[in-house]
Formats: sequence, C-alpha cells, structure tokens
Amino acid sequence: MSFLDVKDLKIHFPTDDGLVRSVDGLTFGLERGKTLGIVGESGSGKSVTSLGILGLHKGGRAKISGEIWLDGEELVSAPAEQVRGLRGKKMAMIFQDPLSSMHPYYTVGHQIIEAYRIHHDVSKQVARKHAVDLLGRVGIPEPANRVDSYPHEFSGGMRQRAMIAMALSCDPELLIADEPTTALDVTVQAQILDLMRDLQREFNSALIIITHDLGVVAELADDILVMYGGKCVEYGSTDEIFYSPEHPYTWGLLGSMPRLDREPTERLLPIKGSPPSLINVPPGCAFHPRCPYADRTEGRASTEVPDLAPTERGHLVRCHMPRTERRTLWENEIKPVLETQ
Amino acid sequence: MSENEPLLSVRNVEKHFPVTAGLFKRQVGAVKAVDGISFDVFKGETLGLVGESGCGKSTTGRLVTRLLEPTGGAIDFEGRDITHLSQGKLRPLRRDMQMIFQDPYSSLNPRHTVGAIVGAPFRIQGVKTDNGVKKAVQEILELVGLNPEHYNRYPHEFSGGQRQRIGIARTLALKPKLIIADEPVSALDVSIQAQVVNLLEDLQKELDLTYVVIAHDLSVVRHISDRVAVMYLGKIVEIAERKRLYSSPMHPYTNALLSAVPVPDPKARKERERIRLKGDVPSPLNPPPACRFHTRCWKAQEICKTVEPPLESLASGHSVACHFPENAPVAATADTAGKD
Amino acid sequence: MLTYIIRRFIGAIAMLIVISMVTFGIFFVVPQWAGSTPEAMASRYVGRAATPETVHLVAQKLGFYDPVIVQYGRFAKGIVAGAEYDYGAGVEQCPAPCFGYSFISGQPVWPDLLDRMPVTFSLAIGAALLWVLGGVSVGVLSALRRGTFFDRLSMGTALAGVSLPIFFTGMLSLVVFSYGLGWTPPGGSWTDFTENPAQWAYNLLLPWITLAFLFAATYARLTRAGMLETMGEDYVRTARAKGLTERDVVVKHGLRAALTPILTLFGIDFGLLIGGAVLTETTYTLPGLGQFAILAIRNQDLPQVMGVVLFAACFVVVASLIVDLLYAWVDPRVRLS
Repeated sequence: MSFLDVKDLKIHFPTDDGLVRSVDGLTFGLERGKTLGIVGESGSGKSVTSLGILGLHKGGRAKISGEIWLDGEELVSAPAEQVRGLRGKKMAMIFQDPLSSMHPYYTVGHQIIEAYRIHHDVSKQVARKHAVDLLGRVGIPEPANRVDSYPHEFSGGMRQRAMIAMALSCDPELLIADEPTTALDVTVQAQILDLMRDLQREFNSALIIITHDLGVVAELADDILVMYGGKCVEYGSTDEIFYSPEHPYTWGLLGSMPRLDREPTERLLPIKGSPPSLINVPPGCAFHPRCPYADRTEGRASTEVPDLAPTERGHLVRCHMPRTERRTLWENEIKPVLETQ
Repeated sequence: MSENEPLLSVRNVEKHFPVTAGLFKRQVGAVKAVDGISFDVFKGETLGLVGESGCGKSTTGRLVTRLLEPTGGAIDFEGRDITHLSQGKLRPLRRDMQMIFQDPYSSLNPRHTVGAIVGAPFRIQGVKTDNGVKKAVQEILELVGLNPEHYNRYPHEFSGGQRQRIGIARTLALKPKLIIADEPVSALDVSIQAQVVNLLEDLQKELDLTYVVIAHDLSVVRHISDRVAVMYLGKIVEIAERKRLYSSPMHPYTNALLSAVPVPDPKARKERERIRLKGDVPSPLNPPPACRFHTRCWKAQEICKTVEPPLESLASGHSVACHFPENAPVAATADTAGKD
Repeated sequence: MLTYIIRRFIGAIAMLIVISMVTFGIFFVVPQWAGSTPEAMASRYVGRAATPETVHLVAQKLGFYDPVIVQYGRFAKGIVAGAEYDYGAGVEQCPAPCFGYSFISGQPVWPDLLDRMPVTFSLAIGAALLWVLGGVSVGVLSALRRGTFFDRLSMGTALAGVSLPIFFTGMLSLVVFSYGLGWTPPGGSWTDFTENPAQWAYNLLLPWITLAFLFAATYARLTRAGMLETMGEDYVRTARAKGLTERDVVVKHGLRAALTPILTLFGIDFGLLIGGAVLTETTYTLPGLGQFAILAIRNQDLPQVMGVVLFAACFVVVASLIVDLLYAWVDPRVRLS
C-alpha cells in the first residue's frame, strides 16, 4: 500500500438540475518524495478531487464514497474531527490565487502562527519565531519585518511564497498544490516551481500538483493523471504520458499547446467543441463528442463507458479503440505532426 | 497608402497616472504605466506585445485605441494624428479600430442577445446593411464559427470559448482595419485557446486584418505574431521579427522570460539551462533609474544604473535597449527579416 | 494612518459647519424669502400682544436687520462660545452651547436638552446591544443553516420586523404585556439609572425589545447575506485547510469580514437614534429627545426645534466619524488608500 491510496473515489453533488458527478471513480496512489500531476481543463473534477482528499468538499451536501488511505488511515469513513486534526498537519494545501486565499484583515505572520498553533501547543512567541524562520526559508527577504505585513502589502510572488510557508508550517507529509502558479507572472512562476521542487526534496513529502498546464507538470511530476469529465482517462509515468500517450484527449492537449521548444507549425491542432459541464456529461465515453476517432469504436463510444485498462507499458488508458490501433495512430499520425512543431 | 507606410505609428507615447497623497491630495508622483514607447504596425501583420504584469502592455492597447488619452507623444493611424482627438471625432475611428478583451464573461452584457451584441456596432455607427442588420450579424456569426441560429440566445447560454467568439464577432461587425486583442485567450481552457488562436489567424487571412496581440504567454505570442515587442516597466526593451526574437534574443530580460517558460518536455527539463531572475517586477510607481531592468539583471554594470540605454537597431528589424546585449549581431546583420 | 484620521476629522468638522449653515438657513433665511419680515420673526420672541415699536426694538436687538452673514456669525458664536443678550434690564448670559431660549418656557434650550438625554441614551444603548447581539447571531445561524426550517422561520420573522412599524408593534406589546398580562410597567414609566438600576431596566425592557426587533431584523438579513458571501471566500477555505475548528473558521475568518458593512450601518442607525427615537418615545411616552422634538414642533418653538436638529445632526456626524476610524482599524486595506 502506498503512502496515499485513493480507491474508486466518487464525489457527487445533488443539485436542482440533477446530480453533478464531479469526481466519478478515481483511483491512484502516491509515495513520499514523489510528485503526481493531475491535469485537466475546467470542469474536469481535478480541484474537487484535491478538496475531497482534505475533506473540504462542502461537507453536508456532497456525497462522497470510495476510500482515501493516508499513511494507513482511512479518511472517507473517518469522523470529521479526525480529518480536521490531519488537515494542515499531515496534509496541507496551496491554493491558486494567493491574494484571495489569505485573509485580508490579518497579517501574514498571524496567519502562519495560527496555522502552526492549531496543531502545536506552543506560545505565541515560539510560533512567531517559527513563522519568521519559514518566511526566510521560502525566500522572503527580511522575514523578521515582513512577518507583520498584510497580504495586500506583498507582491504576487511574495504572497504565494507566504502561502507556501503557511502550508509547510506543520511539516505536512502530503502537500496538494492547486494551480499554484497560474495567477503568477512567468519569471515568478519559474521561481515558485523551483522552490516547490527544492522544498519537496528537503521535506520528502508527497506532492500533488493540479494544473491545466502541461509545461508545469513536465517540470515537476513523476506521474501524471489526466482527468476528463470527472474520470481519469489516462494515468502513467510522466515520460509515458509525454512520449507515448494513448488517449485521444491527451493527444488533443499536446496538439493544442503552442510550444517554445519547437519550430512553430502553421496551425495548432485544437480539440473541437468545449469541455462538458459536469451536470451533463455525455453518455458512454465522455470525450466521444469531441473525439476525432469516435467512429472507430463500433458504436460503443456513446453507449458504453470504456474501462481504464493497462497498456503493455503499464500505464492506464480509458479508450474503446484497440490498443494496437491506438499505437499505430500515435506512431503514424499524431507523433509526426506534433514532432514538427 | 504606400506599402511601407505603417497603418499605426506610435511615437514616444507616455501615460502617467498621477499619484496623490497627504491631507490635500497633492500630486506626489506618477505611475509611469507607459513611458515613451515607439513602434509601427504595418498593414496585414501581427505585432505581439508581451511582458509581465505592470509592464504597461494593456495600457498601451488602451492608448492606441484611445480608450485612454496619452500624456505625451503621438499616435498616428493611417497617417492621421489621433493623439488628442475628442470623443466625437473618435467615433468614425472606432469603426476602423476594434478591441477584443480578455474576459469573455464580463465583457458581454448578460441582458442582451447575441444578435443585439454583435449588431450593436451597426446601430451605434448608423451603418446601412444590404439585407438588414440581422442578416449581416448572422453572416458574421457564421464567420467566427457560431451557429447563426443562435441569434436570439443570451451570453450565459454559451461556453467560454463560444463567448470569446461572440466578442470577436462584435469587433468584426464593421470590418475594422486594426484589431487590438488584449489577452484574447488567457481566460480560456487549453483546448479552446487553440481554437481561438486558429480563428484569429483564419480571419486575418480572410479579411486582411492587422492585429496587435497583447499577451503574457510567450508561446501564444510566438505562434500568432510576425513581429514581437517585449515590454518591461513601461518601456519596450526589445522589438524584433518573431523568428529572430525567439531564436536569438538580445535583451537579458527577453532571455530570462524565454527561459522561464515551462516546457512540456520532461526530458528537456534536466538539460535546459535556466536563467532565474531574482525577485518580482519593481513597482511602476518608483521604477529603478536608468535601465529599469538593472535590479534583476545578472549582467548589470555601473553604467546600467546611471545611463538609460536607448532602443537601438542592432540588426535589420531588431532593436534592443541594452548596454550589454546578448547574441551580438555579428552574423545576425546578414540575415534578412523576412517572414516565414 | 495619521493623515487618514486627520482627513476624517477635518471632513467631520466641515460637515458640522455645513449642517449649522443649512439649519440656520432653514430657520432664519428661508422664512424671509418666503415673505416673512424681521418684525414677524421678532414678534415670536415677544408674544402676540406687543406693540409694533417693541417688536421693532426686539428685532433690532436680536439683529434681524443685520446682513445674513453677520447673523450667522452671531448664531455660530452662540453655539461655540455662548452669547449675551441685552434685554435692557441688564445683560443675560447664555453659556455655550447656546441655542437661544424657548418661546414657551423662556428657559435656555440646552439644559432642557441635557435633561432629556439620559432617557434617549438609555433607550438607544440598551436597544442597540440587543439588536446587534440578536440580529448578528440569528443572521450567522441562518447563513450556516441555509434553507433549513430555522433559516426560513428567522428570515420570515425578520421580514415582519422590517415591515411592521414601531407604533404598531409598540402598541401591541403594551396592550399584551403591560395591560393584558401585567408583566411590564405601563407606558410613561421612567426611572433614572442612578436612582434604581433594576427599576430602570425593568421600565425600559419593553421599549428596548420593540425597538431592537425593528433593527435586529435588518441586521439579521444583512449578516446572513454577508456571511453567505464570506463563507464562500477563498480565505475561508484556506482557514479550513489549516485545520481550524469550524467554530473558529466561522467566528475568526467568516464573521470578522462579514461584520464590516454592518459596522457602517450601525454607526448611522445609532447616531440617528440618539437624535431622537421619535416613534418609540411617543409610543411609550418616554421623556426623551424624540418626545422633546415632537413637543417643540407642535408648539412651533423655533429655538428648541433648532437645538434638537443640530444636536441630532452632530451625533450622526460623530457616529459616522467613529465608524470610519473603526473601519480603518478593522480592515487594514482602508488605511492605505
């Protein structure tokens, strides 16, 4: 059993318009010191997954099932108070927008001290010293002065560093970062990604990074899980996903990105249509209305949900097309076009 | 208009926003959002404007379309000075110059139908159409890849990508000559971004449009632009033909920007040589003196702190404002700045 | 921060000056535009039976023939530094703040106002405590239990509270609790706090509750709306992610931010109430400033009306000044801009 083991996780929200299946049967594992990238577009269920692991998925209204094992403890069936005790201590989270994610009325120091003292019975002075140390550790200059600043007095990059300091205050073993650099400038994003990589090495924590940006996961992740319409459509090692992806959606994501590291093509290769809303996920394979190969499945695309089946290379793909056909398509049609980019 | 004459010409344009403080709201300084920039945009080309937050790229877009009035410099459109035109005199100009905005959610009035939104420019400008406004609007909707049947629907019935298409349709209504697109794809999902980028390219070919694309995403800008200008703290630090800028950038800042973009190639991450800038972009309220980049530049010398480097052409079509440019233009001068 | 405070102070003082000008204008200048002569105005001061000569003399003494600006100067000086009236039979001192003398009793206005103040203060402070505590806690609970029976019941009651006028709820409460059940004293009961605190509270209980009910309703609705908004904020999610108990999340992170708009409203409401809870005091026949104002208006006692108006306006200005300063203390972002 891995350090983190998620088995058949389902998070459904009953609404007036019907059942929203935000996360619909997700299974993955993660070891200490490793990084998992969860990639998806808006409405893929990637953020709800992370909130679900922390038990923050709007408690009363959502229906959650499946199992989440964190270091031998099962969290889905655990009492809320037990999960709360783990939050911030054993598992912590970094959010997308550091300005709206920090309370505007409290100083940065206050918010870090608060996070530390929830789980440690220490005096304010001791916690304050810890906060100053942490701010210094995440690269904030003059931490002893900046500890009394308010979030709005920080720049965007500094705020995200402070947010990371807050998440690290109790040495969490599992760190979840939800689009940690999306709101930041490019040069600052690079700094933050470096920082996260260094800190993970230092703390040997398990890291889940949630993003829509394939560049970010390529920089950090050991494994990648691609989500679409609340389900995992492809899951494997980072090299597998980038160099021999087998799901047409993953192909589409790779083809949609203009890339700096290759010569530009005349045209990008977008995926047609838009991501589905989770309230109205297409039947069968959720991707079939946008899939250029949906007609190769003998009509099963719109009626039958494909299984998440392992390839001979050991990564998992949810697609009706026979494996050999997918390999041929990738080698002969997709890869050559992407390579010229 | 001759071939070499720019459609849009910007000369030393400045926009300083006053900053007040104290009891009596005295002006104590100015945010130099745009501080003396010059560039030309030629007919049929796409100029990319990139930079990080606070570099003044959006302000530039608003100055060019005269949503803001410059505090200095001159803007010529089709050889005519439009720098200080009054709102009334600007109206005919608005037909020729349109703007696409970043946020497809807030830039469309939720209470108006698609037909009303896209048709509004006709009504406002009092343009007569051959077969009525409705027919004209439906043709435009088809052009941007929307179903003309959706004429009577409201914005909230569309996805983000479709809304951005509506926004584009609105700008196309009056067959403008110049379109300023301010972060046209940054609010969209990855798979949708590509659709909109392709659409912009197709429309350019079909309608002979000229674009200024403002974006923070260097890959998108490279994909769509013919020439690219890099901005930092209200100044243009480098401007060049696209291929040159991305293959042999001269300004250290451009180098750092390019090096900072995460590349979707996990093997390359180990091999890549990275330039990591320290700190954040300084505040435009109090920018560093002389070369504004010297506080973060690893090549900075004494001269960078005292003498501001001018934007100089070091190779054909490649200008840079730096005392110690990289990729020194020994061989570069031979290269012609042709389009690829 | 200091410039912020100073600027607010100057603003408040400027506002007071404007208010005094407007008040002066309404009571002294507008009647003249409307055709009233200095003699007609002076005749109010001497009674109906005076001869034209006396009236003329009084008008002269009161300075009604002087230019408006001089008259305003004298009026303002009276308020700030006190005034002297020369009635021929020696000079009479009217210490600051001097609003003049009542037409009816001939007594200076200010001491009369002072006498009434404890009643209105007692009423306002007690009711304010009740409505803030009640309104905010009901609002918070409603927001946390959105859509439940409790939420619907309390919001329905709040709607009733907002829509029912005080002379209705007040009368009803008197009929039921005082005259029917006999639990509370009848209207018009007033005991000074210093005399007998228990009796003081007992007498005021019904007015407090009735007045608080009216305001609590607004506060409950506003708190509920504010809480629903802040509890959906990213920083509340962060607070939960830190592992804070739900109680701390609600109180320290949600409520703190939701309370700021309520603070503003409270300052204005409380300031207005100090100026005279007219309906409440009339309904329960309490000898406060509201009742004073009603009597003054009914008697056309110009100096008294003016005194009460200026006093009330002052309180609104002071209250909103305090709120502004509190706001800056609560929300650090205000200090910067």
